[in-house]
Amino acid sequence: MPDLGPHAAFIVWAYVGVALATVALIAWVALNARNVRRRLAALDAQGIRRRSDGPAA
Amino acid sequence: MTDATAPTPRPNWFSRLAHPGAFLNWSRPAILPLAVLSALCFAAGLWLAFFSAPLETENVGTTLPILYIHVPNAWLSQFVYAVMAIASLGTLVWRHPLADVAAKSAAPLGAAFTALALYTGSLWGRPTWGTFWEWDGRMTSTLILFLIYCGIIALWRAFDDQGRAARIAAVVTLVGALNIPVIKFSVDWWHTLHQSSTILVPGGPRMATSILVPLFLMVIAFTLLFLALHIVSMRTEILRRRATNLERQAAMGAR
Repeated sequence: MPDLGPHAAFIVWAYVGVALATVALIAWVALNARNVRRRLAALDAQGIRRRSDGPAA
Repeated sequence: MTDATAPTPRPNWFSRLAHPGAFLNWSRPAILPLAVLSALCFAAGLWLAFFSAPLETENVGTTLPILYIHVPNAWLSQFVYAVMAIASLGTLVWRHPLADVAAKSAAPLGAAFTALALYTGSLWGRPTWGTFWEWDGRMTSTLILFLIYCGIIALWRAFDDQGRAARIAAVVTLVGALNIPVIKFSVDWWHTLHQSSTILVPGGPRMATSILVPLFLMVIAFTLLFLALHIVSMRTEILRRRATNLERQAAMGAR
């Protein structure tokens, strides 16, 4: 571990905060995508789909 | 008299690429390479920053490592807004359906990057200037940018009719774009605590190459991350609108 000097706490907190926020942002985007795919899958299971996607099976 | 048998003009390459259905097709294979490239740039940038570049310089001091996460987030806070402003022109001038999807999807990402720029800036400021916050030109205009992002997100959520929300949000976005040059030139117009430009200056960057290389890698890493997240968010928004339309059609059919 490199020696970060007398202000190490500020550097560590900056990196921890950015890392947590970035992971949270990625997770939020991924969760939103999954929720919408589930909504479309539920509609598809009911036979509700766009005409351009072909008839219900 | 018009010729009814004349073929309809073929849409240009941009119209074909920007069609929401076509966008869903071509954007999917782009996500993984962007994410992998971003991760590689993060790894290389962080390794160089902590194990190759100096950890302090005479003019910045020992808080130099914060630079590698502050500058990319500050850059993205303005870059994302520029993306939204261009998309807003697309909404107002060409009424393109993908333009408002792009603008809406970018807003929460821009707000997050701006919040991180403010957060890392205040952690930089405390040991460097002796204060977490100062109402100077650069910091205040960046805080205003964050509030503009929040206002635009609220606008999108305030309307059920997304077409109407798109037009109002586009006007607000373009008016808010006046703040971007204020942020950029605030350090030149006013005497601020924030240092003046050191990278994009005439005559080249005033910074050692050993610091510039990891800094650019981190800027590229964050920018690629934004592009990947933006594409995923745009795809989600297109599919969400499809789902909402289908649910509405199903509800009307059930009556």
